[in-house]
Amino acid sequence: MVAALGTLRELAHALEAGTCSAHELVRQSLERAEALEPALGAYLGLRAEAALREAEEADRRRARGAPRSPLDGIPVAVKDNLAIRGEPLSCGSRILRGYVSPFTSTAVAHLERAGLVVVGRTNLDEFAMGSSTEHSCAGPTRNPFDPERTPGGSSGGSAAAVATGSVPAALGSDTGGSVRQPASFCGVVGLKPTYGRVSRLGLVAFASSLDQVGVLARSAEDAALLLGVVAGHDPADSTSLPQPVPDYAAALSGDVSGLRIGIPKEYFPEQGGNAAVFERVRAAVAELVSAGAREVTVSLPHTRHAIATYYLICTAEASSNLARYDGVRYGHRSPRARTLAEMYRRTRSEGFGAEVKRRILLGTFVLSAGYFDAYYRKAQQVRTLIRRDFERAFEHCDLIATPTTPEPAFRLGERERDPVSMYLSDIYTVSVNLAGLPAISVPCGEVGGLPVGLQLIAPPLGEPEVLRAADAYQRRTDWHRRRPAEAA
Amino acid sequence: MSVDAPGITLEDLRRLADLARLELGDGEATALAADLARILGFVRQLQELDTAGVPPTAHVMELATPLREDEPDAPLPPEEAIRNAPAHEGTAFLVPQVLDSDEA
Repeated sequence: MVAALGTLRELAHALEAGTCSAHELVRQSLERAEALEPALGAYLGLRAEAALREAEEADRRRARGAPRSPLDGIPVAVKDNLAIRGEPLSCGSRILRGYVSPFTSTAVAHLERAGLVVVGRTNLDEFAMGSSTEHSCAGPTRNPFDPERTPGGSSGGSAAAVATGSVPAALGSDTGGSVRQPASFCGVVGLKPTYGRVSRLGLVAFASSLDQVGVLARSAEDAALLLGVVAGHDPADSTSLPQPVPDYAAALSGDVSGLRIGIPKEYFPEQGGNAAVFERVRAAVAELVSAGAREVTVSLPHTRHAIATYYLICTAEASSNLARYDGVRYGHRSPRARTLAEMYRRTRSEGFGAEVKRRILLGTFVLSAGYFDAYYRKAQQVRTLIRRDFERAFEHCDLIATPTTPEPAFRLGERERDPVSMYLSDIYTVSVNLAGLPAISVPCGEVGGLPVGLQLIAPPLGEPEVLRAADAYQRRTDWHRRRPAEAA
Repeated sequence: MSVDAPGITLEDLRRLADLARLELGDGEATALAADLARILGFVRQLQELDTAGVPPTAHVMELATPLREDEPDAPLPPEEAIRNAPAHEGTAFLVPQVLDSDEA
């Protein structure tokens, strides 16, 4: 099989040195993706012809001495809930069958402006609702380390594509852990930026107060490079942050001396969970401490209610956001309807999968008369308590370290029949979305041959700090260099 | 406010499905009612928290509505906007009849 691609940094050097062309890289990327599909299930579509053409344009720009950026001509993949003009946009849902985007999302437009070449659209749980990439109408993505296990989700396709090296990096989206949890399960780096750091224009809405575009890559350095490309204010997204984008790669000094790393006592239980996972994460923190960081104990007492809070808020927002899929303007329309009302009902019933229906119904319930205060408003109040927990903790530390997930990747089908057990795999990630904070998942070991992730969380706009600590860790360890056996 | 144990009857579920414009088969409805009851049982844990006087967080950012000059921008051409429509006539979306004798 054609070899895995290197990191963004390595490929940028190779292009600059002229030891390879963008056309060669994109061809390698496409060939590798094709060789791994359909067994892996990472991609919903490859754009071979367009990508090769764009690569040739990149090569011509570079030959003229005018590359768009150091990353001009490097292949990347994009989760199939980000719009790309002229390309299908499915969100892994039957209801968007046949839909072709009439415009390009701001995040992808930033990729294009830097010359990055999108080689394919990656698989996801339908409308990003899930933690296993099993809820995709196209079928599941498999974990590159064990095909009987899930890659996590909902950005499972992006994580699997990066882990197997068909692309050096990819975009995902993270509403409740959907970048970090699959990154952890697939042994790659996943960064969810501060809410509003990356424009949501053209990211199909799931839960608008939580959704954020994130990056998946093999190293913290690559995550910094890619975040620098996609971050920034967008006048067309009123929730995008106006603050200037710092040079994230320049923040990677390797220096963590004096850094105070908070360990939330509630996240490291004496019992329960997978003890080996906690051990790996503790060892990773010890590594940072030996590099000069300081460990402090902090408390996040309300985060044990984060999952319940999250599922009330995200389903309420989803039930509202997904009202737009009615068969009138785009996507699937049931042919079996005589009246408009019948068309709405049948279109939506035929188009949405089980998990999406479950969440729409739950969201409809919590927003309905008589239940609103007890469920939705209550959850919004607990969201305030969770935010305050973080604010207090950050008075005593610079970063917070936790496991990304309590266990390594679970088996396909294992949790499909029990939604609550599926939701619990997000226990360490959802509180970060509720508080709108930046967080990264970094590979920090293996348990039973499966990758384990260390999550580092920072106060708002603390991307340089999480990236610096993650990079410092990776300078001292080589977990992020491991590849699944079949993709070595 | 206290909440009773939320049992979700099949009738409750049918009402929710109607609000959400979903049509559910009998087996699907029964399974979803059980799922919802289980999820609501799980989220009931929030009732143990005293949130009196705690302001709700609708959004993490201090949102001010950004203003800009009212300058015309190129719109999505109607021909492009209509291209994804399941049925259209010119640049109008076609839908089945809106009113029915039993759904008015």
